[in-house]
Amino acid sequence: MTDVAQVQNLTHRYGDTIAADDISLTVPAGVMAGFIGPDGVGKSTLLAIISGTRKIQPGQHSGANQVTVLDGDIGDNAHRRRNQPRIAYMPQGLGKNLYPTLSVAENLNFFGNLFGQDAEERRQRILQLTRATGLDPFLERPAGKLSGGMKQKLGLCCALIHDPDLLILDEPTTGVDPLSRQQFWQLISDIRRQRPQMSVLVATAYMEEAQQFDWLAAMDDGKVIATGTPQSLLQRTAKDTLEEAFIALLPPEKRDGHTGVEVPPINESDAEPAIQASHLTRKFGDFTAVDDVSFEIQRGEIFGFLGSNGCGKTTTMKMLTGLLPFTSGEARLFGQLPEADDLETRKRVGYMSQSFSLYAEISVRRNLELHARLYALGEEKSARRIETVMEEFGLQEVAEQQPASLPLGIRQRLQLAVAVLHDPDILILDEPTSGVDPVARDQFWTHLVDLSRNKGVTIFISTHFMNEAERCDRISLMHAGKVLAVGQPTTLARQRGSDSLEEAFVDYLKEAAGIEENTAPDDAAGELDNPGTEAAAAQPQRRGFNFRRWWAYAWRESLEIQRDPIRLIFALFGPLILMITFGYGITFDVENIRYAIIDHDQSRESRLLTEGLSGSRYFEQQASPASRDDAIEKMRTGKLTLLIEIPPDFGKHFILGWEPELGITIDGAMPFKAETTSGYIQGLLLQELQQISAENALASNVSYPVNVENRFEYNQAFKSVYSIVPGVIMLMLALIPAMMTAVGIVREKETGSIANFYSTPVSRLEFLLGKQAPYVAISFLSYITLLIMATTLFGLPVRGNIFALSLGALMYVTATTGFGMVISTFTKTQVAAIFASVILSVLPAVNFSGLLSPVSSLSGPGYVIGTAFPSSWFQQISIGSFTKGLPLHELWPNYVALGIFILIFTGCAWLGLKKQEA
Amino acid sequence: MNLKNVRELGLKELFSLRSDPVLMLLIVYIFSIAVYSVANGVDYDVDNAAVAVVDEDQSALSRNITAALLPPQFKTPQEIAASDIEAGLDQGDYLFIVSFPPRFEKDVLAGHQPEVQVLVDATAIAQAGNGANYIEQIIQREAINALSPGTQLDDLLPVKTRIRKLFNPNSSSVWFNSLMQVINSITILGVILTGAALIREREHGTVEHLLVMPVTPAEIMLAKIWANSLVILVASVLSLQLVVNWWLDVPVQGSLLLYIFACVLYLFSVTSLGIMLGILTNSMAQFALLLIPIVIIMYLLSGGTTPQESMPVFLQRIMMFSPSTHFVTLAQNILYRGAGLQNVWQELVILAGIGAVFYSIALAKFRKAIVTMG
Repeated sequence: MTDVAQVQNLTHRYGDTIAADDISLTVPAGVMAGFIGPDGVGKSTLLAIISGTRKIQPGQHSGANQVTVLDGDIGDNAHRRRNQPRIAYMPQGLGKNLYPTLSVAENLNFFGNLFGQDAEERRQRILQLTRATGLDPFLERPAGKLSGGMKQKLGLCCALIHDPDLLILDEPTTGVDPLSRQQFWQLISDIRRQRPQMSVLVATAYMEEAQQFDWLAAMDDGKVIATGTPQSLLQRTAKDTLEEAFIALLPPEKRDGHTGVEVPPINESDAEPAIQASHLTRKFGDFTAVDDVSFEIQRGEIFGFLGSNGCGKTTTMKMLTGLLPFTSGEARLFGQLPEADDLETRKRVGYMSQSFSLYAEISVRRNLELHARLYALGEEKSARRIETVMEEFGLQEVAEQQPASLPLGIRQRLQLAVAVLHDPDILILDEPTSGVDPVARDQFWTHLVDLSRNKGVTIFISTHFMNEAERCDRISLMHAGKVLAVGQPTTLARQRGSDSLEEAFVDYLKEAAGIEENTAPDDAAGELDNPGTEAAAAQPQRRGFNFRRWWAYAWRESLEIQRDPIRLIFALFGPLILMITFGYGITFDVENIRYAIIDHDQSRESRLLTEGLSGSRYFEQQASPASRDDAIEKMRTGKLTLLIEIPPDFGKHFILGWEPELGITIDGAMPFKAETTSGYIQGLLLQELQQISAENALASNVSYPVNVENRFEYNQAFKSVYSIVPGVIMLMLALIPAMMTAVGIVREKETGSIANFYSTPVSRLEFLLGKQAPYVAISFLSYITLLIMATTLFGLPVRGNIFALSLGALMYVTATTGFGMVISTFTKTQVAAIFASVILSVLPAVNFSGLLSPVSSLSGPGYVIGTAFPSSWFQQISIGSFTKGLPLHELWPNYVALGIFILIFTGCAWLGLKKQEA
Repeated sequence: MNLKNVRELGLKELFSLRSDPVLMLLIVYIFSIAVYSVANGVDYDVDNAAVAVVDEDQSALSRNITAALLPPQFKTPQEIAASDIEAGLDQGDYLFIVSFPPRFEKDVLAGHQPEVQVLVDATAIAQAGNGANYIEQIIQREAINALSPGTQLDDLLPVKTRIRKLFNPNSSSVWFNSLMQVINSITILGVILTGAALIREREHGTVEHLLVMPVTPAEIMLAKIWANSLVILVASVLSLQLVVNWWLDVPVQGSLLLYIFACVLYLFSVTSLGIMLGILTNSMAQFALLLIPIVIIMYLLSGGTTPQESMPVFLQRIMMFSPSTHFVTLAQNILYRGAGLQNVWQELVILAGIGAVFYSIALAKFRKAIVTMG
């Protein structure tokens, strides 16, 4: 095997965007192969396809889109499944495939389980890998609390846990400080010394790093523009550095207008400094993000801020803009404290945040207009400025487009345009050039130099690029919240006795690290010998359901739930709270009907009738209104529901048997209440009048021909709670389990950890059932708490078989979590998953499952929806066991139905889930 | 406070909304099809109830009574054997089973007052009571008719009752449900639209960016409130006119102007509530988790589904803090019962007050929440 991968005429599109444009190349085996070029040129897509995690799109013609990896077609499912254990893939982004709430050891154990390693083997491997990387003192630390460099080392450990033959790293060092970067590469080269057969594919935007690789492919715009050793590329272009060589390799139209950035010397001024920080400190809880930072920036100076992600650069900048209050110390802009309500100072500052923070959904021009108006530039000036900046930053052609559809480089230009729109005196720029290609970066810097030198704008900028740092008048090196050194780049380098700024920075970092932690893993890597279990790893993975891989996901998910108590509290207490509100609140027992009587008779009979009515628990007498109009006015505001008018001479006529007429007026606004009120009042009147007749010894002619005996089965007391509480259990066990499961799965898509599912041998069913298991357990626990509340607080006995009810609940939550899995297959964001699960389960569960109106009285679509959702079946079990007292064998069709739902939902989720990214 | 900024940022909200077709579609759906289907579908009246008859008499009278159990209240009755009664109720196949004894007709005609048993599945609490009542009236009516044709039920009573139902004489549930659904839609959208939009802007850092500019939190909040409220108000009034009035043919009485005024105050309080929730939570997932119980409770316990006064007093007190309770009362009073400003001004003041509380809490926490995120 001389080549590890061959790519033939590969084209890959995302909608209209072409990520890979007819790429053909051959990557040699057993070397460090680098893919260089800025963000968005197709490096990630190419690597993801080679790793087998991204699906190859169908080729335009035969022979196209052929990707051969490890001597087989990676598009072929069987080959991919066989070779997946030989490939390790680390996606782009700091700790992207790690689980932030899980500890270092737990993350590694998870990956070990996915590759079928037993506990002893995992223990050994974890020990060796963490010793080699210097992570061993931090085994219990959550991955999310590691520094950027440590996260990447952990990611590497996870990738190496199964001794892969092909290691694919997508921008592993972006956003990592130079010392960690150096250590990272040292580690890789140590491993390669021990496993020379291993091929490493790396994508990077740092040309300095790429210079050390064995083989390079330079990419631009979805095309490979050159391949070969770094030396051959330099020779071909006759340049000294790879960065210059890369620019020379670009197509002429891109190179055009590219000139090196010349920074004229700054004019010294002794005016008051533009920015002053003294002993600036910011704490978040017990974490100190910025620790006693002091510096002064002169007017017109370009001041650079260097350091790894999470070292406090962004926090410092936010404090300067007044976004964040400082914990102690102070910062001043033009001698002013950056107070939150000081709108005048803010007009003098332009700010550009690390990520795109303009409105992506409104056009470029409208973004500029909005900002011009918010800075109150005035009509004439804003029109002029918008034209000027659009021309300066080359935005005219995209003026009417939405930033969402623009490449990163142009979006960054727009952000800078917005930042300078109002002619600020200070620009605070947080990593403005991350992900921008070298040519565009130089253009960007030309603007900055012009602003600084010709317009006297003070520029405070943070960056990861050393060549940008060298252009600054002064820089500050930052690490873990502290400033290590401030000064001119050349001076700093000289102080450390080195030629390059990078070396000086590394030196400073080593010094700082030496004081903080004695764990610099210099020689530790030497210990990394091959775990004595090579045979186990080489064993082909057995096909079929693997319990250990299922357990890896089930265990990981449970840990994550444990670490997020808010979710757990909501899952358990939310249903209880809703049961209380529903159990007490939703009631069809019409009580306390507010009524009033206008008695025009005032006879003994009318008074007896009035008294008789006031004794009923359903009615609540109100003061007699003065007139009918007055009563109706009260009805208008809902203060009165029922009005009874007793006519003059009522008593006299009643005794004479003349059947006098009683006027009854009911507020009909709420139909259910009106009907019930009408039924109640007629019954009550009849009863009272019979009594009056009896007392008067009148011959009672009140008798019906039929004696209708109503028997209210199951619920003699006829209380809503007997129906609502079992219904709430049904409702809660539908909504929450579906939502939690859907979010649990979609969350992996959103955070990117789904990459582990794509790149490891775990099967779709193992993944789904593993994710589902903890939610079934939580939902069943929720069922038990609901059951306890129903029987104690609401005093609802389980008249049937409690085992039958519990079995039904277990099957039901398995079905509803399964429904959540189905939802997760077609939603991409957690928000969409939440709304989809709520909207799709609320309608059938609330309206068509027998909660408020019985399924037997449904017809048409409602009946179909009701029976096609598990809720109506469990409602039968719930009501049947609680209220109707039915035993297991009389409820059996419902269990069969629930079983079918479990199979269908699991099947749909299985079919809907793809093992490769589209 | 710079009103120009409020205007500009609000216009931006409208443009953002316009570029999100899914959200637009959701708004149209929730105010049209959702209103229509709930108005026609959800029913707490006795409607289409499944009835079975056990007829051991097989007489003209028992058959007349069976035939009188008519749609829309009842499905065509099924005749079943006495031995199937239990299973029929247990499986939930029937809500009511009417059982005529042998010699039923003869006993009626002889004045023996025979007993007819009506078995009711009382787990269907919304329909059981009223349904049993209707069935009894039908049985008596038919029996009296058999005894002396032409006699009315009322003639047997010692008094006559003249029942008038005000505001909705036919007890139409479409009439009630459609308007209540419009209100529910306003509640749901008012909270979600503003809250979710704010969380999204927080996650994208756009609000943070605004705070670096000469813009105050109050301006940002008011812009969201007016823009989202305007969209929902227009949609709800259109829904009232086009869907409720025209499509469902429900007469909308009362002062539309007063209703709109109440609606504006309500929107102020629900959009403020949305912003408050968007401020108090830290991620979209948390927002959604908090939102669900709040919206469901606001929706079901406001008095728009089951009567307020039947709830326990402590719950009624708690629900007094929910703007939905007051708006449901206002809307019912204005649109159903024709109340005027003099009847409802207190509710309007309360509504505005609740909104002001939400708004103030959100404003107090705004800056801190925005900046410490992420």
